[in-house]
Amino acid sequence: MIEVNRQGEVWVFAEAEDGKLSDVPLELMSKGKSLAEKLSVPLAAVLPGKGVRPLADKLVAHGADKVYLVEDDKLSHYQTSGYAKVVCGLISEHKPQVVMYGATPIGRDLAPSVASAMKCGLTADCTDLQIGDHTEPVSKTEHKNLLFQIRPAFGGNIIATIVNYDRWPQMATVREGVMPMTEPDESRKGEIIDCTAKLDGLTLPLEIIESHRREKAVNLKAARIIVAGGAGVGSRENFKLIWDLAGCLGAEVGGSRAAVDLGYVNSDHQVGQTGTTVRPALYIACGISGAVQHRAGMAESAKIIAINTDADAPIFGVAHYGIVGDLNEVLPKMIKAVRTGAKG
Amino acid sequence: MGYNCVVCVKQVPDTKRITGEAMTEEGTVNRAALPAVFNPEDLYALEQALAVRDAHGGTVTLLTMGLPAASEVLRDGLYRGADRAILVTDRRAAASDTLATSYILSCAVKKLDPDIVFCGRQAIDGDTAQVGPQLAEKLDMTQITYLEELISLEDKTIRIRRNVGNGYEVVQAELPVLVTVMETANEPRPPAAKKMMKFKKAFSPAEVAGKAEHLLEGDYENYTAELKAAEVDKYCGKLQGKGLLIEQWNLDDIEADLTWCGMKGSPTKVHKIQSVVLTGGQHKQIEPTDEGVATLVAELIEEHTIG
Repeated sequence: MIEVNRQGEVWVFAEAEDGKLSDVPLELMSKGKSLAEKLSVPLAAVLPGKGVRPLADKLVAHGADKVYLVEDDKLSHYQTSGYAKVVCGLISEHKPQVVMYGATPIGRDLAPSVASAMKCGLTADCTDLQIGDHTEPVSKTEHKNLLFQIRPAFGGNIIATIVNYDRWPQMATVREGVMPMTEPDESRKGEIIDCTAKLDGLTLPLEIIESHRREKAVNLKAARIIVAGGAGVGSRENFKLIWDLAGCLGAEVGGSRAAVDLGYVNSDHQVGQTGTTVRPALYIACGISGAVQHRAGMAESAKIIAINTDADAPIFGVAHYGIVGDLNEVLPKMIKAVRTGAKG
Repeated sequence: MGYNCVVCVKQVPDTKRITGEAMTEEGTVNRAALPAVFNPEDLYALEQALAVRDAHGGTVTLLTMGLPAASEVLRDGLYRGADRAILVTDRRAAASDTLATSYILSCAVKKLDPDIVFCGRQAIDGDTAQVGPQLAEKLDMTQITYLEELISLEDKTIRIRRNVGNGYEVVQAELPVLVTVMETANEPRPPAAKKMMKFKKAFSPAEVAGKAEHLLEGDYENYTAELKAAEVDKYCGKLQGKGLLIEQWNLDDIEADLTWCGMKGSPTKVHKIQSVVLTGGQHKQIEPTDEGVATLVAELIEEHTIG
């Protein structure tokens, strides 16, 4: 735990794998920049790893004023203990006021371990972060310019704003895809600070026997148009209609958790709280009832068309266009209209 | 060799079945209106521990922190085959966030000195997935998250396949370890009928006190507080003799430092709660006809959303 430090920087944990930065730290840079500006402090990235120096420039281009670079053999592959030790060491030394992590498998493994060691707060899976003031309900003590950590809870039925005013840093993991990534500015200048890992006495407790990672077959986050199907599609065979419409629109195919669980489409395509959060120009939801968990992952789409037989389905609550009808009849009509329209 | 396993479980409101009635007028969730259930992912943690015991011997101890009503998930765990169940309950633990919760659980786990601690990956009320890793840190145990398969356990060495989102990793570590378990890891066994018959009569002391009027004989209404407490003790003694006592620990029993418990030990505070309100009825209704669909598509092409 560190004391409240109003001059403390805003930090982003720069998660990298196989010499490549993940998307989330880059998404967090643009959010981090606006938070840091509000607080009039620098934005810094923490970049541990082995052979990750080339990534520091990219972080600067995305908005980092400083990069704390920690190169060490023991950091070549992520494991909790080494990374937690490095991050805790840097926090103790530099006393940042905010530390953000991506809510990725690595971020959600690392951040709680750091929070426990530092005895500070941590809010998981935030969908928004803001700066604001908080008054303690009993003592009426006011705390200015705190990090508002905003997240869904209770299965998405409520949105909670969490603050942390006495035991700093204020830490949060942030859900992937909810913060839009801004274009890099290659002309930006930043300071790259070489730090020592101080891991000499540490024996890493895990032996990594095998490691298999693969790129997702689809990139839903980058898609302009997504055609998504849910349980209402009815079968894997019927799901072909979703693929057909996506094909003639040049769109990606998405699925609700129900569609994935039923085996209509594989989990790479899953949109929603446990899948990917998307914000395409057009989202066509077919046979998706629209559970909160699904809406959480797509409600920010610019245009939403919902097709469902149930006029009361919650999906219509977030839709811009609603078609109450059987998708087996509506989708062929839509495919035909798109084909005709494209020709004309 | 046998292994002593501790499984941390949580009783949670069934957030999958939230309805309008479960919301208060202020828009907060009325936990009391929701059915309380065994946190789904903790069932996979329990199954993994039971599988270890069945294959290698040892014991499975269930541990939960919560209100006396949380004894219900402990009973459920006993029905499924756990050997021992411990309820940590104390008013001073109320309003604990994940940091304070993991501290309190760590004090309890230290008394049990296990080889392996199993936790579900996350709980459906908060979805934070923080208590497992925080508990590992507090216990200074090796942390292995996202178990998908326990590949082998030989002497003091465990080998695990973990799901890392975009793939998997096989890792090996020396015990003791704390493992968080994914729902893809196994198929939890159902409660066994024989065990249900036996353990449905298992209670924690707080439950015995709470339903004393049903459990105790005699002129209970007119008992003094001391007499009542003595009767509760006596009843608990009987339960223990039959192997039906759910053990109950308070913060003093586990030697917890109150600085790190409850509200005081919790750095995160709630600033505001809003309920998610659907702004329905704002969408444009399109007829499911050739004409309706064609007009919509033409409109989208016109504004360059498609095409």
